[in-house]
Amino acid sequence: MVDAYSGIRKIHQALVDGEVTSQDLASSAISRVDQHDHEIRAFIHIERGSTDHPSEPSLGTGLLAGIPYALKDNMCFEGIETTCASKILKGYIPPYSATAAQRLQLAGGVMIGKVNMDEFAMGSSTENSAFYPTRNPWDTAFVPGGSSGGSAAAVAAGYVPYALGSDTGGSIRQPAAFCGVVGLKPTYGLVSRYGLVAFASSLDQIGPITHSVEDAAIVLQAIAGHDERDSTSVPVEVPDYLASLTGNIKGLRVGVAKEYFSPDIDAGVRESVLKAIDQLKQLGATVTEVSLPHTQYALAAYYLIAPAEASSNLARYDGVRYGFRAKDAENLLDLYKKTRSEGFGKEVKRRILIGTYALSSGYYDAYYKRAQQVRTLIRRDFEQAFMSVDVIVSPTTPTTAFRLGEKVSDPLTMYLNDICTIPINLAGLPAISVPCGLVDGMPVGLQLIGRMFDEPTLLRAAHAYEKAAGFAPMRPAMDQGVATL
Amino acid sequence: MSFRKEDVEYVASLARINVSEEEKGVLADELSRILHFAGQLQELDLSGVETTSHIGLDQTVTRRDEARPSLPSDVALANAPEQEDQQFKVPAVLEG
Repeated sequence: MVDAYSGIRKIHQALVDGEVTSQDLASSAISRVDQHDHEIRAFIHIERGSTDHPSEPSLGTGLLAGIPYALKDNMCFEGIETTCASKILKGYIPPYSATAAQRLQLAGGVMIGKVNMDEFAMGSSTENSAFYPTRNPWDTAFVPGGSSGGSAAAVAAGYVPYALGSDTGGSIRQPAAFCGVVGLKPTYGLVSRYGLVAFASSLDQIGPITHSVEDAAIVLQAIAGHDERDSTSVPVEVPDYLASLTGNIKGLRVGVAKEYFSPDIDAGVRESVLKAIDQLKQLGATVTEVSLPHTQYALAAYYLIAPAEASSNLARYDGVRYGFRAKDAENLLDLYKKTRSEGFGKEVKRRILIGTYALSSGYYDAYYKRAQQVRTLIRRDFEQAFMSVDVIVSPTTPTTAFRLGEKVSDPLTMYLNDICTIPINLAGLPAISVPCGLVDGMPVGLQLIGRMFDEPTLLRAAHAYEKAAGFAPMRPAMDQGVATL
Repeated sequence: MSFRKEDVEYVASLARINVSEEEKGVLADELSRILHFAGQLQELDLSGVETTSHIGLDQTVTRRDEARPSLPSDVALANAPEQEDQQFKVPAVLEG
């Protein structure tokens, strides 16, 4: 009998063989959510009507046909509330679907619900949701990471075989690492951002969270490709990602950058990642040291660029056209101010203020422009490194998951979670996090970084490692009652 | 640069956000620490380094100037907190 951990290909085969129907899959996904989600709280909205979707033949014959998935609540789905886990979008019913969601529907995917996140994707723990925090299925005292914490938890908990997340500074990879699942951030421009509620437009990218690299390849295949409704979507031919999963990485040149093994990296995480690098060597890869000298400046550059873009993108939430509107406004300016003050949460306000400041007259050159120049240096570091290697590997996060409440009081400590993932967004590169072990019972993620649009090599390396390491799919102990459920 | 309460007030007014006296104090402290952290970019010599605003975007994309179907106005207005005569309704812009 298949379940959400079985892998898309096996589930597809079970559908083809008539062992299960797609209605069975949606019903069992939803009943598992009903059973466990009062503890995990991954879902914001459960699409109960998804169990009476059309039967197999009309869903098509592709690998995703009839298979349930979950959508991060910053992606629009026509007719279903999209909140971004913010009070300010409460009640917003989009009149259209995000291109990525639309493509999954065209592939026959069955959307069973919208999942939790940090408000407007700003955060690393899903504690910034305006509704409730999501918990880590491995241990509910711990955060699932963020901002795609609901997506990662929904996959780790075995509700769905895959979910879509979005990644601006690590928001797919960091929660994937914390929850023991695979998270892929594609090259900037590979997946359309149309219908993704914008946070930092030059950094945001949609990608899959799955139980295996193969499943990530299958989902990427369905959502990748040019879309004229996103002017930053790149018109490149989409390669056959599944065909790249050969299992053979003999002669692959793997780079290791010492800048990603700073003392901030926890000893257990470091050990797991070094073991994974040994495994890559045993598979025939050659490992060489590369240097990415401007890595230490990435976080500072990011925390100017992302808030600057956010302050501009979030100017649209003013209580006029959709979402929340404050009561008793005296005039239009008062309406804007009251709506935004009552509608946005603390972290969102902090970032809007930092961004507004960085863009304001007199400070633009000192902060925003400087950050964009540093972005150039970070991009060049990678270009230089990729002249001698094919992929670069690092830890995904400096530590494993932390406890709820542990880091909420200090924004800077929270930001440090993303030191290994942020440079990749600044450079626009693809990167994937795959499980590489457990430290004190909590999952560790190995990050692999690829060249622009070289997802085939990236996925091939990640897949070969995953097969050899034998961790996937990782199941938290929630069903055996060993976890603190 | 450190943030004073007046700076918070000024930036908040630019961002159209109200902050209470109490919030001003907390935000002044938090924003100062974030800016101090960002201050490390000042130690780099960036003369002659071009800026990167987007990756992989060489030119602005335009579409052909052709009429296409768009949302009917009732659908576009469906999420409005208040509407009147096919328009978004807001409080008075000018007093009196």
